[in-house]
Amino acid sequence: VSTPLARPKRKNPLARTRLPLLPAGARSRTAHGLTRAAAEGRFALQVCADCGHVCYPPRDACTRCLSVRLPFKDIDPSGRLIAETTVRVSTDPYFRERMPWRVGTVKLDAGPVIIAHLHGDTIEGEPVKLVLKLDKSGSAVMLALPAQETPDMQADPVWREMTCDPRYRRVLVSDGRNAVGQAMARAFSEAGASIVFVGVADPWKPFPGQAELAGIARVEIVPLDVTDTESVNELAAQNGGRVDIVVNTAEHVRPGGIIARGNLAVAREEMDVRYFGMMRLAQAFGPVLRLRGADGASSACAFVNLLSVHALMNWPAFGASSAAEAACLSAAQCLRAELRSGGVKVLNAFFGPLETEWFQSVPPPKLAPAALAKAVVAALQDGVEDVFVGDIAQDIRERLNSNPKALERELGSQ
Amino acid sequence: MARQPSARRSYDGVVACQPVTIPYRRYSTESAAWWIARALHELTRRCGLRPSDLDGLSLSSFTAGPDTAIGLTQHLGLSPRWLDHIPLGGASGVVALRRAARAVQAGDADLVACVGADTNHVDSFRKTLSTFSRFAQDAVYPYAAGGPNASFALITRNYMNCYGATREDFGKICVAQRDNALAVPHALMKRKLTLDDYLAARPIADPIHLFDCVMPCAGAEAFLVCREEAARAEGWAHVRILATIERHNAFADDPIQVRGGWAVDVDELWAMADVRPDDVDFVETYDDYPVISMLQFEDLGFCGKGEGPDFVRSHDLTNDGSFPHNTSGGQLSVGQAGAAGGYLGLVEAIRQLTGTALGDQVRNARIGLVSGFGMINYDRGLSSCASILAGSA
Repeated sequence: VSTPLARPKRKNPLARTRLPLLPAGARSRTAHGLTRAAAEGRFALQVCADCGHVCYPPRDACTRCLSVRLPFKDIDPSGRLIAETTVRVSTDPYFRERMPWRVGTVKLDAGPVIIAHLHGDTIEGEPVKLVLKLDKSGSAVMLALPAQETPDMQADPVWREMTCDPRYRRVLVSDGRNAVGQAMARAFSEAGASIVFVGVADPWKPFPGQAELAGIARVEIVPLDVTDTESVNELAAQNGGRVDIVVNTAEHVRPGGIIARGNLAVAREEMDVRYFGMMRLAQAFGPVLRLRGADGASSACAFVNLLSVHALMNWPAFGASSAAEAACLSAAQCLRAELRSGGVKVLNAFFGPLETEWFQSVPPPKLAPAALAKAVVAALQDGVEDVFVGDIAQDIRERLNSNPKALERELGSQ
Repeated sequence: MARQPSARRSYDGVVACQPVTIPYRRYSTESAAWWIARALHELTRRCGLRPSDLDGLSLSSFTAGPDTAIGLTQHLGLSPRWLDHIPLGGASGVVALRRAARAVQAGDADLVACVGADTNHVDSFRKTLSTFSRFAQDAVYPYAAGGPNASFALITRNYMNCYGATREDFGKICVAQRDNALAVPHALMKRKLTLDDYLAARPIADPIHLFDCVMPCAGAEAFLVCREEAARAEGWAHVRILATIERHNAFADDPIQVRGGWAVDVDELWAMADVRPDDVDFVETYDDYPVISMLQFEDLGFCGKGEGPDFVRSHDLTNDGSFPHNTSGGQLSVGQAGAAGGYLGLVEAIRQLTGTALGDQVRNARIGLVSGFGMINYDRGLSSCASILAGSA
């Protein structure tokens, strides 16, 4: 049974910070089929389209019929741990400083034999459930969990190494003036974050929910305006080394397409809040996040972007705004590559219209800020990289996968 | 549609001779080409041949890259009419022997030099592990990077669970081999090993402990394959090839390796040699880990599946014992010089059968069995092979 996670001791300010190292992340192109599934928290293996044989490790031909049609499909992750070892000597610098480390052979009920990392509660000879996780290198790995949940499962060091659980971590929510920021503050506090810094621009200006926000346990209001480089840099200088998860909640949603807008004034504003705001946060907090990626059990671990699902396909009713979201998505891909050397993940949470004033004219279904916040916390606890929250986001994603051109036309006539 | 394999032709008229070992070193700053050249130089010197007299070359090396055998012909100034590159690791020696033997038998070549050689730079081993195979890169190395120690730990653990083998059983194999190595001048590990030393060694990947592991090193092994009449005419002491087998990726559906491809072909091996396990005077198994030697005792017909532990308990495995095994100390004592590890047992068998052992000679050694095992691509060794050899007296 896992030992409950203890609150980490205060760090000795004179002690050297352990530099982040990464496990080997090189994979064949085919093996990144697993990375794709892991990024969304699914368990998928190659299943032969001709004979149904399930294959592992990832390969380019079926071992039963030599067919090359081997798509990844979600399958039953149940199996049995048939042998385990505790590795005490490794040639790899990342694992050397994390020895001993358990790995084992899992015989999956679906057929294949899989070498997997072992959760501390797995027992040789017993049933297990495999999950795909992104390790610190950002590539997918197999992790065997006990078939039934055990107490304090998430405190397991191997699990924690592959996830971004906010428990005992310090979180920065960049904008607390809006409903989403306030919902995030509440959700992270409830998830056991040790401090939730909540940025508020122009604190002298009152805003709805202000008193409730200040009353949330472990919330600390800090001055932060993501459109002001100096403000962002100042907060990073003061608290950058005490932030393990950055959640950018700054929002700017206005209706209107490109021609409809008539000028650039609003577009400049939305780019300033959304795109440049994200860039300012990344430039100010990114370097220290990356440096602290292996700083103990509560290391820096994630940068969270909240993105309209219309970053993936423009919705002309909010066309200029969708374009700014697309810019943020592209920047997030860049940031992901830049933070990877520190083992820090970039989580993109995609969502449709919210139950907020800016989507007042849009018919339901709409997503409650609290539901978005809950999904973001769960995604960090699972260690995924992309999450689609709510019915609209899921629907857009499916339509995009099946026929992007159809989706373009459909959104254009809404 | 099951097909009956066609009857095997014998290797009559072909022999192996001139066992060469270039003493191993833990680390070497030299290249694989240097080690290959040393082996060929020594081989031709002993034969009284010029390098240009060699008309066949079979090469096995992990560290010669980016070169393969063809690049080495120009590097070394050879112009063979028969050339082979065998990337089968621990199966390289026996496979080289059986292929070269057929070439000589058919007249495609007369004098085939077979060489297994590798260098070992300070960081070679880690680099070899991380890029050993695509499956290793994708599905093994990212899992604690324990290398073959971790892979064989899982195989050993499962074998212990299934058949009741104990660490003492594996220890007995290692201790006996160390006794055999004590008289071998170039063995890297020549300090006597006791069962207590073995049991008290530090754990590497449970249940694998330090003395279950081979030491990666640099070195080279070689021998010559030629017609029997040529060897007789030159006065080269030689051995005859009674039988060989080779098999790859056998028993792919076994969830974890408890047997190797030998089990598929073992009946053919003994039938072709026309001898029985009792007739064999010594056995050289591929001993990257002692559990693999135990699998070979079973799969090659010296005992039944699961009887390996009892077999070990009931035999003395030293050169004076009831079942002389790995008579020069094997890789566990001599070191594992990459692909040369796949030659070590074969070269030693040629020495034992020609009465030229560097260490202790097995008394009246007339028939020996050599076995190879190689290439842990994902979770198990894929290649298995074996040969039964006889002295010419």
